[in-house]
Amino acid sequence: MTDIPLRTPLRPLGRILSARAKGEDTNRIERENINKRQEGEIEQTRVRAQGRLLVLGVVFICLYFAIALRVALLSASEPTEPRSQQAGASIVAQRADIVDRRGRILATNMDTHSLYVETTHLVDPKGTAQALSKVFLDLDAKRLYSAFTGKRKFLWIKRKMSPEQMQAAHDIGDPGLRFGPREMRLYPNGRLAAHVLGGASFGREGVHAAEVVGVAGIEKTFDKRLRDPGQSGQPLELSLDLSVQAAIEQVLYGGMKLLNAKGAAAVLMEVHTGELVSLVSLPDFDPNNRPNLPTKGQAADSPLFNRAVQGVYELGSTFKIFAVAQAMELGLVAPETVVDIRGPIRWGKYRISDFHNYGKELSVEDIIIKSSNIGTARIATMIGAERQENFLGSLGFLEPIYLEMVEASGAKPLVPRHWSELSTMTISYGHGLSATPLHLATGYATIANGGIKVMPTLLHKGDPKEANRVLSENVAAASLNMLRRVVTEGTASMGEVNGYGVAGKTGTADKPGPEGNYEKEKVIATFASIFPAYDPKYVLVVSFDEAEDRTGSEPRRTAGWTAVPVTAEIISRIAPLLGLAPQIEKPFRNDITQASNN
Amino acid sequence: MTEMVYGSVPSARGEPVISKWWRTIDRWTLSSIFILFAIGILLGFAASPPLAAKNGFEPFHYVQRQMMFGTFAVLIMLVTSLMPPKWIRRLSVMGFMVAFVATLLLPYFGTDFGKGSVRWYSLGFSSIQPSEFLKPGFVVVTAWLIAASQEINGPPGKMWSFFLAVTVAILLVLQPDFGQACLIIFAWCVIYFVAGAPLTILVGMAAAMVGVGSIAYNASEHFARRIDGFLSPDIDPRTQLGYATNAIQEGGFLGVGVGEGEVKWSLPDAHTDFIIAVAAEEYGFVLVALIITIFAGIVLTSLVRLMREREAFVRLAGTGLVAMFGIQAVINMGVAVRLLPAKGMTLPFVSYGGSSLIAGGIAIGMLLAFTRTRPQKDVTDLMVGRNI
Repeated sequence: MTDIPLRTPLRPLGRILSARAKGEDTNRIERENINKRQEGEIEQTRVRAQGRLLVLGVVFICLYFAIALRVALLSASEPTEPRSQQAGASIVAQRADIVDRRGRILATNMDTHSLYVETTHLVDPKGTAQALSKVFLDLDAKRLYSAFTGKRKFLWIKRKMSPEQMQAAHDIGDPGLRFGPREMRLYPNGRLAAHVLGGASFGREGVHAAEVVGVAGIEKTFDKRLRDPGQSGQPLELSLDLSVQAAIEQVLYGGMKLLNAKGAAAVLMEVHTGELVSLVSLPDFDPNNRPNLPTKGQAADSPLFNRAVQGVYELGSTFKIFAVAQAMELGLVAPETVVDIRGPIRWGKYRISDFHNYGKELSVEDIIIKSSNIGTARIATMIGAERQENFLGSLGFLEPIYLEMVEASGAKPLVPRHWSELSTMTISYGHGLSATPLHLATGYATIANGGIKVMPTLLHKGDPKEANRVLSENVAAASLNMLRRVVTEGTASMGEVNGYGVAGKTGTADKPGPEGNYEKEKVIATFASIFPAYDPKYVLVVSFDEAEDRTGSEPRRTAGWTAVPVTAEIISRIAPLLGLAPQIEKPFRNDITQASNN
Repeated sequence: MTEMVYGSVPSARGEPVISKWWRTIDRWTLSSIFILFAIGILLGFAASPPLAAKNGFEPFHYVQRQMMFGTFAVLIMLVTSLMPPKWIRRLSVMGFMVAFVATLLLPYFGTDFGKGSVRWYSLGFSSIQPSEFLKPGFVVVTAWLIAASQEINGPPGKMWSFFLAVTVAILLVLQPDFGQACLIIFAWCVIYFVAGAPLTILVGMAAAMVGVGSIAYNASEHFARRIDGFLSPDIDPRTQLGYATNAIQEGGFLGVGVGEGEVKWSLPDAHTDFIIAVAAEEYGFVLVALIITIFAGIVLTSLVRLMREREAFVRLAGTGLVAMFGIQAVINMGVAVRLLPAKGMTLPFVSYGGSSLIAGGIAIGMLLAFTRTRPQKDVTDLMVGRNI
């Protein structure tokens, strides 16, 4: 009877009508009728309610039973929360170690303690505050005292401390000082591979344990995997090689200081698998004591900034080989084809000219060896904007690289919004398109491994991922031959390392100033190298930010004077570490020439 | 002469009031309440001295107050249980209105005692929480409205009572007092369910509850923190829940002994929300099991008695009262044993608290009045009390 009818029908109609006719009170009859009908319903609702009350009763029985069961189970169990320090509390190494490709430890855990205060148990707040400020010099006795005597019952004093500090705090002897076991993340190699590893910090904290959470780099990307208790025994194996990483960091740091550079980056990649054997960005930091994010200034100047993975730069003439390789792939030119290099090329208000005047015409091979902007631009116009864009896209230059570092996904290359013919020409010699050194290394790996696109990775997996062929083997071999000649007779002559056949291409790009114009005095000097050229195994990209060789009469900034000698030094140091034997080079050039003549 | 003038003294048609009361009252529930009250006093001796010490009173200050309030509550309960249902209905509706207005005026005249939500009126010697009195009144009003709607040509009482429930709940949420608001909604649902709610609507209600819960979770930091604390698998031993769990484990089956417990010194709410932890620690599982049995017994006997009841109003009001009483105990104990997320709720008659005790006395008095044996149109009903 939830609905109210608009008009209540008169029931029983017959009796009411006859009563009305007699002038009797019809209400009484109607009421009588309603009562009779209600009488029937009462019993009906009572029966229904009986069922529902039964359900209610059963629900309550279940609830009470559950509580009783729970209390009984709790009563039967031993109290697990210790009132006093329990020796060997069950804190296990939770976070998995990180190791390099040879199993050497990059990140591990160390047991330590945190210090907290329960103010209600403090016997001598004043004395304790003073004693603590002597143990921990960064603490202020007055502030501690006011905290101890304030409202709070529980205070963290130190998140982690050394065993000596712990003993000193213990010797104060106040019962209000408490120690909680902690597991902290330790990077035994200090600054080595800092950007790759990232760092970790405490997440949720309890008295008896605290979560260790990765905040950057590998630690953050693989946070779940590292914290998974099921895999805590298995270390995460990276593709890095600790000794190679150390050698490169050392040489690169020396080079950066000698050349007065603001920063430097190096990427060493295996050409067939895409595994990164070393990834260096300078300046760096100590992941054991990770600095805070910069609040002012440029993010790119912070030591936290990973130049090799996050920094997008115009990489200059190192790009020329891509234009030439594509032109050869398309059959537009052969290494011997002669191209007109009279310049400068004028395009609106822009001028494209060469560093030196190389004469009227050069062969394609010589354009690379001498690094002629005009020649490359001419070749690029033959290719056309659309084909160039597609080709660079297939080499991965238009998208952020997927790498097992959270930072990599943010480094999207800067490409022209409108890929005009002018863009085509400038991009061919590495201006107008900004990418990371990692992008460049990936592109050079394709040339080095015979034309296969590889996916860069930081994990040591052993077998290469499935990959696409981007260049034919012939073209890749011919390109490699040109790059080799850049070192033997071209702009990178200081890059030769006896017995290791270095091939490569220099690139010196003016840095864009704050107003978008180019600054003549500030350059990014890059050398992308491949070694050994007779059987390419590794790509090494070395890049300096604002490097200057001031030993001569006037400052020299081109990559041939900065990045190239440093690369040579690095290769001479790391090649033996990588297990490469030096070789006499004679047979190499004939092979390649024959291949390119096919 | 007097008899001739005024007619004879009406001879007792039925039996004396007290004797009839004794014969028809639910004696099991009545004695259970006395036992619960006694347990409350016993635990008060254990749980309240730390609080008294903190507030600068003599050790058993709160026990004395509990006894005083308790006596008063028992008297109110007995008097209420003597009343016929019709009186109770009238008084409750009036009482509900008063309590409702008092709750409305809380933001202007109430105080929060520094606990973050305005729920109390301070009367100097004591404080009153009007929402405690609102609850039994609300149950009776709801039962009355829904029972009326079941009559032929009755008013749309279900709809009205639903709006009333929502209004009251919103009022309580604004204090904020999610616990009481949930109790109000729960009571309405139970009454509606027993009154024959269609199952589809019940399922819808359950879904709505989940929705409201998640909104509250997102909107209220206070609420979210408690839920998060409950969902996280390990507990910080220095939270109330950690202490409570530890106390139950320390107690084992027979307890650590009278006065030997430690938990009361660590738990600020040992004498109210976590009284069961004190009971478990000092007297062990045995006492907890007794308390649970008593609560379950009260709920079940009352429900069984209500099954026979033919009058819809009495049945619904009784159901609402006993369900509210029972669920309050479930929530209080469920929180202490970590079956439910933390929610401040007293254990009826056992926890310390004047308002809660007296309001509990009124509610149970009303319940006793509703569950009294009444003629139910059975043949046997005619025989009872006639010494045939």
